[in-house]
Amino acid sequence: MSDPASPRSDTFGPDLAEVFGPSHSDGGPDLVQLLTPEGERVHHPEFDHDFSAEELRGLYRDMVLTRRIDVEATALQRHGELGIWAQLLGQEAAQIGAGRALRPQDYVFPTYREHGVAYCRGVDPLRLLGLFRGVDQGGWDPTENNFGLYTIVIGAQTLHATGYAMGMQRDGVVGTGDPERDAAVIAHFGDGASSQGDVNEAFIFAASYNAPVVFFCQNNQWAISEPIERQTRIPLYQRALGFGFPGIRVDGNDVLATYAVTRAALQRAREGNGPSFVEAYTYRMGAHTTTDDPTRYRLNDELEHWKLKDPIERLKVYLRRNGLVDQEFFDDLDAEAKELGHHLREGCKALPDPEPLDQFGYVFSEMTDEIAAQRDEFAAYLASFEGSHS
Amino acid sequence: MTSKITLAKGLNMGLRKAMEDDDKVLLMGEDVGKLGGVFRITDGLQKDFGEDRVIDSPLAESGIVGTAVGMALRGYRPVVEIQFDGFVYPAYDQIVCQVAKYTYRSQGKVKMPIVIRIPFGGGIGAVEHHSESPEAQFAHTPGLKVVACSNPVDGYWMIQQAIAHDDPVIFLEPKRQYHADKAELDESATPEPLFTSRVVRAGSDATVLAYGPTVKTALKCAEAAESEGRSLEVIDLRTLSPLDMAPVYESVRRTGRCVVTHEAHVNLGMGAELAARVTEQCFYSLEAPVLRVGAFDTPYPPSRIEEEYLPDLDRVLDAVDRTFAY
Repeated sequence: MSDPASPRSDTFGPDLAEVFGPSHSDGGPDLVQLLTPEGERVHHPEFDHDFSAEELRGLYRDMVLTRRIDVEATALQRHGELGIWAQLLGQEAAQIGAGRALRPQDYVFPTYREHGVAYCRGVDPLRLLGLFRGVDQGGWDPTENNFGLYTIVIGAQTLHATGYAMGMQRDGVVGTGDPERDAAVIAHFGDGASSQGDVNEAFIFAASYNAPVVFFCQNNQWAISEPIERQTRIPLYQRALGFGFPGIRVDGNDVLATYAVTRAALQRAREGNGPSFVEAYTYRMGAHTTTDDPTRYRLNDELEHWKLKDPIERLKVYLRRNGLVDQEFFDDLDAEAKELGHHLREGCKALPDPEPLDQFGYVFSEMTDEIAAQRDEFAAYLASFEGSHS
Repeated sequence: MTSKITLAKGLNMGLRKAMEDDDKVLLMGEDVGKLGGVFRITDGLQKDFGEDRVIDSPLAESGIVGTAVGMALRGYRPVVEIQFDGFVYPAYDQIVCQVAKYTYRSQGKVKMPIVIRIPFGGGIGAVEHHSESPEAQFAHTPGLKVVACSNPVDGYWMIQQAIAHDDPVIFLEPKRQYHADKAELDESATPEPLFTSRVVRAGSDATVLAYGPTVKTALKCAEAAESEGRSLEVIDLRTLSPLDMAPVYESVRRTGRCVVTHEAHVNLGMGAELAARVTEQCFYSLEAPVLRVGAFDTPYPPSRIEEEYLPDLDRVLDAVDRTFAY
């Protein structure tokens, strides 16, 4: 039996080696890029934006702080303060570019790795730790920042996003021409999720109802140990056409391009022109989670190659080269990152454990007699140990 | 105002009333629009409420339930129709992992007022996957409420109550009853609360527990038993999760005998839970073990022999007889 992922030699389909290139491919000719890995500003005929110096410094700051969140959380896991952490190292530009393209009235459906987007939405990063520490399963109010709860079942949230967008249509907040009113949804997912039925159903529903949703796929090349070639035989962004809406591949390590492309996609959705698919071509520099060991399945070569495309470094080079920052900016940011780290370290350790009886709360909007009886019985059982010594 | 209606009509009227009462109520499913659903439960509703509120969906059950979650998050009260019981499984993940858990996950910050209507049960001579009884799989899932109507009047009230409820409700409709018996509906009456069981026939010798399609079977049993001088009390459970056990315990403590009947498989079915609870709470009143009459632990058979598969009057009466043999 031939390996289905091996390059084909028949005349019916494209040669996979040609389609994908090596696993450290540059993303191909359709990749939208505004800032090269070397920090050179390039222009794109369709997707561009005139970034002010303040915007550029802001995006840089966002990425640095997001990386700090990730580094601190990873360290907290190593110290036993978190059970697990899903790292985003390397995906800062993809998340900040997408997160900053949003308006307050837009709504975000994240996976469990969208720490940078959460930060953009104003969710206290400390809130993200609860799920990974095991003190809650999503410690923020999704209605407060229009940032949904982390969804662990791969791809399930893309349907929620589509339904939410259909709700927006019914609320008359799509295509009114009022920028304060018109809204859209962004659904985050990864390359692995693109194989899920739910994601494909979400594409179909969104297309069928012309729902204002942007499907934002961070193709970080790896679904735990499985390379992108195991999920798809064509570049992911090309799938969109088959569902009837546009797909764009953007350099996900280029915060400027990701911002510009996502902004355009969201605007298109808000204006009532329907869904679109953004493939942010990026790389998972870290492990899938802190329990994963990428040395078992990928070459260090590849990692070294992607290190040269670091999303933060290239913007730093650009800012410096163009005299848009001084040493004070970096010093201030460093102090801010340190403060954030302190907040996370101290805050994490201070997160209270839930009480044993808390597990009975919130199964329903109001407690049922059945669950109340189980709670009371368990409370009496626990109370029976009071005063006794084991 | 009173009228004689079928279960299909009762559900249709109930859905209409719910949509009139609350413009956040949306219907979605396969063929629910122009066609009015394959059973015509949503007949005429798209015409009157428009395509934005009665939504013909793509043919994808996970998509139907998953988008309903999103609509609920946006403040809507989606009522989705799963065309047949056997087609709910593609949506199982969304129901069990998302619909059932969102309120818990959010520590009560998010409500999931979704009703998932499922025509269930057999007896209509259908092909495979069209006659199943998956209720235990949902009743086993924390975070879901599960109810089953058995008659036209309950259909009218219970669907409205389920839609008005803030938690997700799996709403089971005995499809073979849709167009069967008519009953008198008084729309000015005050319905009983949704999550309550009801004694539908008083008796003193044994208690028969039923829901959905087997309520009719149980009532026929009681009539037949009466002619033989035996008095059966029949309870229509109506709610399967949570269970309303108070009327059951009260009844069994009086009768000392209990038979549960459902179309679902006996193994780990609702009857197993009911038997366990009755045994625990009525132990000293029981004259016999709680017996269960349901489907064999085989897949639903070809329809030509489904009458030999479904619990019928004779098999239920046989079980009642056996409780008297102890």
